[in-house]
Amino acid sequence: MEKFDQLTGPAAPLDMANIDTDQIIPKQFLKTIDREGLGKGLFYDFRFDMEGKEKPDFVLNLPAYKGARMIVAGDNFGCGSSREHAPWALMDFGIRCVISTSFADIFYNNCFSNGLLPVVLKADEVHELMGEAKGGNHVFAVDLQAQTVVSPSGKTFGFDIDPGRKEKMLKGLDAIGETLEHASAIDRFEDKRRMTRTWATA
Amino acid sequence: MGKTLYDKIWDAHVVAVEPGGETILYIDLHLIHEVTTPQAFAGLRAAHRPVRRPDLTLAVADHNTPTEGQALGVDAVADLEARLQLQTLGRNVKEYGIEFFPMGDIRNGIVHVVGPEQGRTQPGMTIVCGDSHTSTHGAFGALAHGIGTSEVEHVLATQTLRQRKAKNMRVMFVGEPIPGVGAKDFALALIGEIGTGGGTGSVIEYAGPAIEALSMEGRMTLCNLSIEGGAKAGLIAPDDKTYAYIVGKPGAPKGGAWDLAVTEWRGLKSDADAHFDREITIDVSKLAPTLTWGTSPEDTMAVDGLVPDPESFSTDDKRAGAQRALDYMGLKAGQPITDAKVQRVFIGSCTNSRIEDLRQAALIARKALDKGLKVATGVRAMIVPGSGLVKHQAEEEGLDQVFLQAGFEWREPGCSMCLGMNPDRLEPEERCASTSNRNFEGRQGRAGRTHLMSPAMAAAAAFAGHIADVREYL
Ligand code: SF4
Repeated sequence: MEKFDQLTGPAAPLDMANIDTDQIIPKQFLKTIDREGLGKGLFYDFRFDMEGKEKPDFVLNLPAYKGARMIVAGDNFGCGSSREHAPWALMDFGIRCVISTSFADIFYNNCFSNGLLPVVLKADEVHELMGEAKGGNHVFAVDLQAQTVVSPSGKTFGFDIDPGRKEKMLKGLDAIGETLEHASAIDRFEDKRRMTRTWATA
Repeated sequence: MGKTLYDKIWDAHVVAVEPGGETILYIDLHLIHEVTTPQAFAGLRAAHRPVRRPDLTLAVADHNTPTEGQALGVDAVADLEARLQLQTLGRNVKEYGIEFFPMGDIRNGIVHVVGPEQGRTQPGMTIVCGDSHTSTHGAFGALAHGIGTSEVEHVLATQTLRQRKAKNMRVMFVGEPIPGVGAKDFALALIGEIGTGGGTGSVIEYAGPAIEALSMEGRMTLCNLSIEGGAKAGLIAPDDKTYAYIVGKPGAPKGGAWDLAVTEWRGLKSDADAHFDREITIDVSKLAPTLTWGTSPEDTMAVDGLVPDPESFSTDDKRAGAQRALDYMGLKAGQPITDAKVQRVFIGSCTNSRIEDLRQAALIARKALDKGLKVATGVRAMIVPGSGLVKHQAEEEGLDQVFLQAGFEWREPGCSMCLGMNPDRLEPEERCASTSNRNFEGRQGRAGRTHLMSPAMAAAAAFAGHIADVREYL
């Protein structure tokens, strides 16, 4: 997993609630057997028209937001399918942080498997940041260690994050490697499981 | 204080707790399919890690399989990328010794139909799959939820998952539904009430007399849709119906072991004094057949109602969202929803492709045939059974003949037009009466318009040529 500690860059406002993973990365891009290269399909139906031409008015197509590193989005971002292709596509496109009032559970977990930081703030705070992201200066600074987002106008917003997840993200740790440190506990659990579930076939 | 069913299953699976509070939870069954696993196996291989418990893993091919010509095998799949993905799964399961029902095997089908059908889904288990509708298996009193590909890799390597405990929520379904109203309507009504984010961070236990009265198929439909209400998982305490469904299935305990298992399963219920963080009651006797009008599963309405006016929504954001949904769906505020003409009907998906779903659709089809009706001109109606075994059972019962006579297409099993990764999909602006679970923009094909509803309602729409009230076809 890629480390995340600090990030400064343009934030794009995506002022819609319930942006689902089908919108983040449509099905035709799920046939890949790789993790890389999914940025081309990010928000495909928003970015491109039926002929495959860029839609000039979609926020990520506006010259001001080229090179966006963050997204400020409406409620319940990432609902829908469990496809990890969604965070992969965002990362591949250059997005490393999404700010919203809430995230769907599986998407939220998937972010932490990939070093994409989901920041949860209160409704009025997201509203304010959305306003700033729509403005002329929309360069935000996010600091995971300090748990802050600093808006272009210089206002600081603190956010909560699970300490274990924060630690892993800061260090870019491999969750499987960490879990395998508990291999003997897993062995013991399986021994007990075998003894108590005598009726089970597996 | 007492424990909820969720608490009990959770506690029985804790392997270790990390200092930060993350719990390493043991996984009893890991279901896998072609779309969300290639990168997980690639990761294992790169790290030289084995699959810890291939025997607790089961693979199917379902998401991008074509719904015809399956006997020809993977090499005949026209879409090259889909073919490569299917071949990759075949290679991976072989290399790691995982049981696999390949395309064309009668046991193959949609992962959430196959698990229960094989008796692999059992009460008290923890079950995961790289697919959000894994919540389906909660119908058996199993803690089941979707995971991402990195987590698939984690489960393959360790047979555990790092988790944080969710909140407990309970939805009581009381009352007796009117004819034409069933589990799909219960689920849509609930999502309409709590919203797509309503269950976020919670495991929902469904209880009450209306749940006890539901068949296992109905319970699976309801639990399946838990994720559309944002919940981590849905759960229903097992009872005699559960055991009757499982007994004799290939994966079920046999002989004396069966009795031991049932004795244990009987303890799987929430204690009377268990605490739920949130409780909701829904009186199903008040429900009309329900469907969606918009582009989110929470955009629900009664079939005899009028399409809502965006002005009636409470906030600017919601008004804008509703207007966008109406524009996308090609509907006008205030119009009767039954005026909306349909070009496609899809009966299938892990929500509604089991034998009982097909029987319900066939019942409507038989009655319509008796009245001399056929699938309306200009409507293409497809039935996609959830598995090879469901298809076979339906054929034994003659349901395929009823459908074919009425003008439906009888297809081979898979996810099909639920997500349109295979060739079955909507053309732009085609309107579809669909028994699937997501009506998102573009879900069934770019610019396609999806109305979610029950199999009986979808069958009625096929004959009417527009959204129709199933009660007129009963
Ligand atoms: S039928 Fe649809 S929702 Fe169910 S597993 Fe397949 S794609 Fe997912």
